[in-house]
Amino acid sequence: MTAVAIARPTIGERLAHLWATTADFLRLLSRRPIGLLGLIGILFFLFLAFVAPMFVPLQNTPDIGAIYVSPSWDHPLGTDFQGRDVLNQIVYGGRDILLVAVLAALFSTLIAITFGSIAATLGGKVDTAILAVTDVVLTLPQLIVLIVVAAIVRPQTFVVLAVILALLQWASLLRQIRSQILSLKERDYVEAARSLDLGLFHIIFREMLPNMRSYIVIHFIQAMTAAMYAQVGIIFLGLVPVSGTNWGIMLYFAQNQGALFFRNSIWYILSPILAIALVQLSLVFLASALEDIFNPRLRGR
Amino acid sequence: MTTAVAAKSQVRTAMNPRRYLGDAWRHPVARAVIKAVLTIWVTTTLTFFLIRLMPGSPVELKIDELITASGGALSYEEAAALASNLFAIDLSAPVHEQYLSFVWNLLHLDLGTSFLSQSTSVISVILAVLPWTLFSVGVGLLLSFTAGISLGLLAAYRRNSLLDHLASTGGSIISSIPNYLLALLIVLFFGIQLRLLPITQMRGSMSPGMHPGFTLDFIGDVLFHAALPISVYFLATIGHWVLSMRSATLAALEEDYVTAARARGLSDGRIRNAYVGRNAVLPLVTQFAINIGFIVGGAAIIESIFVYQGIGLRLLSAVTQRDYPVMQGILLMTTISVVVATLAADLLYSKLDPRIGRAGGASG
Repeated sequence: MTAVAIARPTIGERLAHLWATTADFLRLLSRRPIGLLGLIGILFFLFLAFVAPMFVPLQNTPDIGAIYVSPSWDHPLGTDFQGRDVLNQIVYGGRDILLVAVLAALFSTLIAITFGSIAATLGGKVDTAILAVTDVVLTLPQLIVLIVVAAIVRPQTFVVLAVILALLQWASLLRQIRSQILSLKERDYVEAARSLDLGLFHIIFREMLPNMRSYIVIHFIQAMTAAMYAQVGIIFLGLVPVSGTNWGIMLYFAQNQGALFFRNSIWYILSPILAIALVQLSLVFLASALEDIFNPRLRGR
Repeated sequence: MTTAVAAKSQVRTAMNPRRYLGDAWRHPVARAVIKAVLTIWVTTTLTFFLIRLMPGSPVELKIDELITASGGALSYEEAAALASNLFAIDLSAPVHEQYLSFVWNLLHLDLGTSFLSQSTSVISVILAVLPWTLFSVGVGLLLSFTAGISLGLLAAYRRNSLLDHLASTGGSIISSIPNYLLALLIVLFFGIQLRLLPITQMRGSMSPGMHPGFTLDFIGDVLFHAALPISVYFLATIGHWVLSMRSATLAALEEDYVTAARARGLSDGRIRNAYVGRNAVLPLVTQFAINIGFIVGGAAIIESIFVYQGIGLRLLSAVTQRDYPVMQGILLMTTISVVVATLAADLLYSKLDPRIGRAGGASG
């Protein structure tokens, strides 16, 4: 009886363990300035998009007298074609974009984990079928498919958009997970779990997946990058009938209101471009630092 | 130890999909062709069912529109007949028969006619724009590949020099910025702020009144109009080549055959070109072919920013005009070009690397 009680860690121990892994991770990351920069960048934009709007009041009343004014104390990034504050739009415009990116990455990771483990554990015809579908999805011209599907389906909510994006992105992770499970299957600890009759669910989720953390985390970040690229792309093209403010819609207006062609509108256009580019850069930097950490063979390159 | 290895390989064969598809699957060419056909089939089927069976399907919308436009002069059947003509689908047949006849028409390259004019076939619309996209993407990628490969090789040879740091940092920064943002930045800075480029004159794929032909005027004009898309494709992809070539070269430099070649006293130039460079560039050649396909697919946003009349821009105008047959045709065409590029990559790889042919399939 007591043996079972000892085997289960208390919440305090779990927290201590979590803290130790986090500290360990930060220590490894701190040796890679690029990765640290990426992490700081991502945390900054998450803060900007999800916390800052609670403190900054939304200002979206047009002010015809102040169209495209240059940056000043009142408008640190100038104003747009209706005289609205650009910084305010940047603060409020990140939430939807980041939310869709996170959701799409989450959905695609779930699809990949589910079907990747099904393919690897069942094998046979199921495996062949899943792999065939994966190969097909990997070869699709994603942006064109996205444009056509968005034009036909006309996604009205961000969740629908995230699902469509996720459906195009799971393929590469599925392949990795499948081949990982196939090789982990042979390891002793999986053999041990199997002989203890711990069940397929336990073996996959408690024994195997934790060993694939690195693939999953890196894929998650890369999927966020891809989802942001595709998402901002189709919003920019005006294919997603959504209202409100986000960085993609700002770019859409910059192109379609002809704002691009006013010489003094530079701050209005440059702000969303920089915001999107910096988020992308941070994600890519963090992903490459993580790859470096998780794959010691490449360390020092 | 040996039994464990034997058991492992036994499990591997049991897991191997090739076992179930017989010997044909084992041949890399056959595998690649099957994959290609499968992909094209899936895209076709996907668009057919999306367009035909979605709630509020475009076909029904078109029928309604035709009836309204005629002021009630057309009956539902007549309108449906017109619409089915436009979609190249026989709407009175059951869905599975519609699907079969749709596929049959496709095999005869009949993709229906444009919604906007019944005399314009979708195929002719695509043939008018596809060459421009292939040309601009092809030139841009070829330039970036050549430049990126040389720069990556140089950076690896001068590891930790200033050039190496500049090339790898610059490469990773520029390759992580979305290509359409690069295009916008070019328009913004060179076109509007500095007024160095006549952005509006550079629109389109050639100047009005220009006659195609092998004249210097025509070639110059085509390059003038394609210059901006080409430079975006160049900038957006070069970082990837530099980084991949750099790390592939670093890996190749540590190989035993390079040490052996050095020990044999071969010249540095020969080692670099015939041993290191050749092996490092091998996997990149396939990536090159795959990239061409994907950039053709991703060109839509770039072409809309520069108003370059390629397949992407045509797709977007079909989307705004709700010209579904054209949308469908362009999706199919880009899928085919991506698939053909990937197929070419697979075949090229097994040709370039004799080890692949024997191991059975270029995967990954």
